Amino acid sequence: MLLKLIERFGAAVERPVEGVGRCLILLSATIKWIFRPPADIRNIFKQMLEIGVNSLPVVLITAVFTGMVLALQSYTGFKRFGAEGLVGSVVALSMTRELGPVLSALIVTGRAGASMAAELGTMRVTEQIDALETLATNPVKYLVVPRFLSGTIMLPALAVVTDIVGIIGGYFVTVMLLGASSKAYLRATWDYLNVDDIYSGLIKACFFGASFALISCYKGFYTKGGAEGVGRATTGAVVVSSMTILISDYFLSAWLFK
Amino acid sequence: MVSLNMFFHLTCQSWQFEIVNEMIELIDVHKAFAGKAVLRGVNLKVEKGESVVVIGGSGSGKSVLLKHIIGLLKPDQGTVMVSSIDLSEVDEDGLNEIRKKFGMLFQSAALFDSMTVWENVGFGLKRHTLLTEEEIKDTAIQKLRLVGLVNVADLMPSELSGGMRKRVGLARAIAMEPEILLYDEPTTGLDPIMADAINELIIKMRETLNVTSVAITHDMKSAYKIADTIAMLYNGEIVAKGTPEEIRNTSDPVVRQFIEGRAEGPIVLEGVER
Repeated sequence: MLLKLIERFGAAVERPVEGVGRCLILLSATIKWIFRPPADIRNIFKQMLEIGVNSLPVVLITAVFTGMVLALQSYTGFKRFGAEGLVGSVVALSMTRELGPVLSALIVTGRAGASMAAELGTMRVTEQIDALETLATNPVKYLVVPRFLSGTIMLPALAVVTDIVGIIGGYFVTVMLLGASSKAYLRATWDYLNVDDIYSGLIKACFFGASFALISCYKGFYTKGGAEGVGRATTGAVVVSSMTILISDYFLSAWLFK
Repeated sequence: MVSLNMFFHLTCQSWQFEIVNEMIELIDVHKAFAGKAVLRGVNLKVEKGESVVVIGGSGSGKSVLLKHIIGLLKPDQGTVMVSSIDLSEVDEDGLNEIRKKFGMLFQSAALFDSMTVWENVGFGLKRHTLLTEEEIKDTAIQKLRLVGLVNVADLMPSELSGGMRKRVGLARAIAMEPEILLYDEPTTGLDPIMADAINELIIKMRETLNVTSVAITHDMKSAYKIADTIAMLYNGEIVAKGTPEEIRNTSDPVVRQFIEGRAEGPIVLEGVER
């Protein structure tokens, strides 16, 4: 009975553990190939455009409305105990420390992560990745490295944009719509915001960018089983990346803001 | 005396030359996937300039065999030699150097669908030479013409028919002027006329580029047409090898069943009840 239970447990954890192991092997290969010349600058810029610039519209809209709703909720809540003056601080701290990195990471995962997994998955099942190898081109260097680097570089950049636009959204609601003092809002924003808040948010964004890019590439790179496999890889990339972002967010926050 | 010595020396040299110029050699290659043996001791030699066709049923491990030759798969046991170099003894860079000797045409052509036709053909040149973009495009157009395609350079692969895609795949395979060409089911999925045109093209490649070629197929018409030597893969081993004429006249019941395309015979179809 006990043996069967252990056996079942073993069978249940075998695949996830194997997945983590293979993902880490892909990470080590990726890091190795990052430092092997020649750098594929053109390909990296192409991916930066795809991950960063093309995600900008959806990130901007999300950021402005998140800042707005945050200000609205905080204002009406804080009014009950006369703390409306702190809305600026709440918006600024929430955006820089938490929402900027996490929201931009989740949006980019849904957009670029899904597309990475689908593209690489299709390349795998149509033998394009094998074709790369036969053309003496390492597929990790050609496909994974540019995506991994772009994810790691562009997510902090998007997080900065999200921070700024969120704070502007908060300002708009608090000052323009709810009639609070502009000076008080800005003072509350600046007085309580430290450089630490911003850069620890950016460290998180870096980590999220590297994670979603690696997981999405991994899911695509090892796709099996035709069109259905590509679908599975895409879903898996978004689900696993999002979970990794949300879970690691807690641990990174506990470490960075202790 | 001197000239006799010289003659002896030259003869030895040319004999040696013959030996080291065995392009491809598979020695006792075993490969299993998830405990299921696919190759069980394959031995195959391909001489320089020879055209070998490996025939065998679906799922017999032909593609696995081909992937071993170019190092996409590593044998569990046994050796794969290319130009006298053991593939298991070279590192990643060494393997890539060896791969530059190869051109491979995939069954589905495996064109990069994010690139135009000429970018596909010029991919290897762009990665491994210092040619300018214009020079690469010119070379690509020239290779496309060699496979019978004109005015397609700027199209995307999705705009091409199956036969045209195979031709582009072939142009990409020959772009780096390889010594060895590998063909994975070159005529599968094509109509009989297009299939024959691809066969003609394979013969033309061999004659004009003087390449060694290995093809895998289950299309006997194609095998008879393009092969110097036909080898049959069955049960993970090479069970017969000979010229097209020898294979055509063989009395081996396994080979006979396959070349005649009969369901009844010694070959056991996997998953099919008798």
